[in-house]
Amino acid sequence: MGVGIEVTNLNAWYGTNHTLQDINLPIPANHATALIGPSGCGKSTFVRCLNRMHETNPIAKVTGSVRIGEIDIYADASPVEIRRRVGMVFQRPNPFPTMSIYDNVCSGLKLNGYSNRKVLDEIVERSLRNAALWDEVKDDLRKKSGASLSGGQQQRMCIARALAVDPEVLLMDEPASALDPVSTSKIEDLIFQLKTQYTIVIVTHNMQQAARVAEKTGFFLNGRMVEFDSTHKIFTNPSDKRTEDYITGRFG
Amino acid sequence: MKAVSQSSRMHGAYRSGLDHLATGLCVLATILVVAPLVAIFAYLLFKGASSLNLDFFTKIPKPVGESGGGMANAIVGSGVLLGVASLIGIPLGVGGGIYLAEFGRGTRLANAVQFTADVLNGVPSIIVGIAAYSLVVIPMHHFSALAGGVALGIMMIPTVMRSTEEMLLMVPHTIREAALGLGVPNWRSVLSITLKTASPGVITGCMLAFARVAGETAPLLFTALGNQFWSVNLNREIAALPLQIYIYAISPYDDQHRLAWAGALVLIALIVLAVSLVRYVASRGILKGAS
Repeated sequence: MGVGIEVTNLNAWYGTNHTLQDINLPIPANHATALIGPSGCGKSTFVRCLNRMHETNPIAKVTGSVRIGEIDIYADASPVEIRRRVGMVFQRPNPFPTMSIYDNVCSGLKLNGYSNRKVLDEIVERSLRNAALWDEVKDDLRKKSGASLSGGQQQRMCIARALAVDPEVLLMDEPASALDPVSTSKIEDLIFQLKTQYTIVIVTHNMQQAARVAEKTGFFLNGRMVEFDSTHKIFTNPSDKRTEDYITGRFG
Repeated sequence: MKAVSQSSRMHGAYRSGLDHLATGLCVLATILVVAPLVAIFAYLLFKGASSLNLDFFTKIPKPVGESGGGMANAIVGSGVLLGVASLIGIPLGVGGGIYLAEFGRGTRLANAVQFTADVLNGVPSIIVGIAAYSLVVIPMHHFSALAGGVALGIMMIPTVMRSTEEMLLMVPHTIREAALGLGVPNWRSVLSITLKTASPGVITGCMLAFARVAGETAPLLFTALGNQFWSVNLNREIAALPLQIYIYAISPYDDQHRLAWAGALVLIALIVLAVSLVRYVASRGILKGAS
């Protein structure tokens, strides 16, 4: 089951560039939360702070606290433990090119030393079913490379790969922006189903997408969070003028 | 309207002519590059093939003045030397390359290692031989296969290291992020994901280094020394194909000249065989559609 996320006074830097400033945000459990805003506003940096991927860049710095369930991720645990509880799907599908579909999906488990074949088989099937890919690939799980699938299939495989380690939170950084409309709608359907079991945070450039999949939406601008409210409110009656300008297409 | 279409047609003819010209120049350049290789191989076949027989692969050299004999000991000796060299050069080179690409980027130590490797790559092979002489031969008080292997191994390190580094850096950043994002520890991600993804290039780099040192003569002159008799003992002098070719090529006897040609042909053939074998074995592990 998913858990809620409580972000308090989060600040992040790349070198001297202060990319996130005083972010406070409660993300509800078992819902989808969308983050919108123009390019470079810090929304990607924000999700990367939620699984400590931000700090893999040597010039990056973070202060503040992020509580995921009971854990303060910057105080109580190592990045490796956090990333097992907080899965991530990236903008471009990034399958491991040397691995079969099967190995791609269970790579998170295998690389952490898990090897019970029977259990892995079950997890691979369940994860691929959850990612709505099972029927398309079940016949060549071990024969085909993950990189031989189409872009949309690759992205669903990457979602299955993230689900296989059984995370509590799923971060999605513009998961459909490199995909065609058919694949995009498949991914959106998927998010709809997944949010009953996981807490989902999705970064998107596409405001219709945010409106379709998310209950809550946050609007980011220049490293600050301008407004956070129910998606319906953000898109119909925003409190902040800047949010209104953005969603009506006056800038960004 | 008519004038326009006519001029654009002429322009099209000009452009397609230019296209053909450029393609032709590329083909010509390729031929010029490949021609020396083909010429060398053809000449070796012409000169050496007639002296190849079963004896060449099964007999050791005959004493001066007797005709016949073979280079069996030198073929095996080269194998032993290259085995020792690979055991030294490949792990150190690959390990160093991993450090440079994944752990030491931008640090002083990494810059120093890169610089040293580039210098080592340019050090004449005979000097590497002298280094191995003072490192191994002097303390052991005699020439040995081990010393020859060390000399060749040292020569392999910079090539293997720099090619490993470059191949690892070519692995897209997104793939490393995918592994880290799954909660895979960094060391595991480097070994199982980055290195594995780069492995075809890393293997090619190792084979280049291997092929390069397989033909080296100078570093062996005062390390492995050469041997007219059977020996696979690491602690003793050992024969090697390039050494044997050298000895026969400067001898005054026609019979030995012919054997030298045959030896050169066999040396090249064995290098091609070894490289193809490794590439074949490595390629069998690759899945359908993997890039």
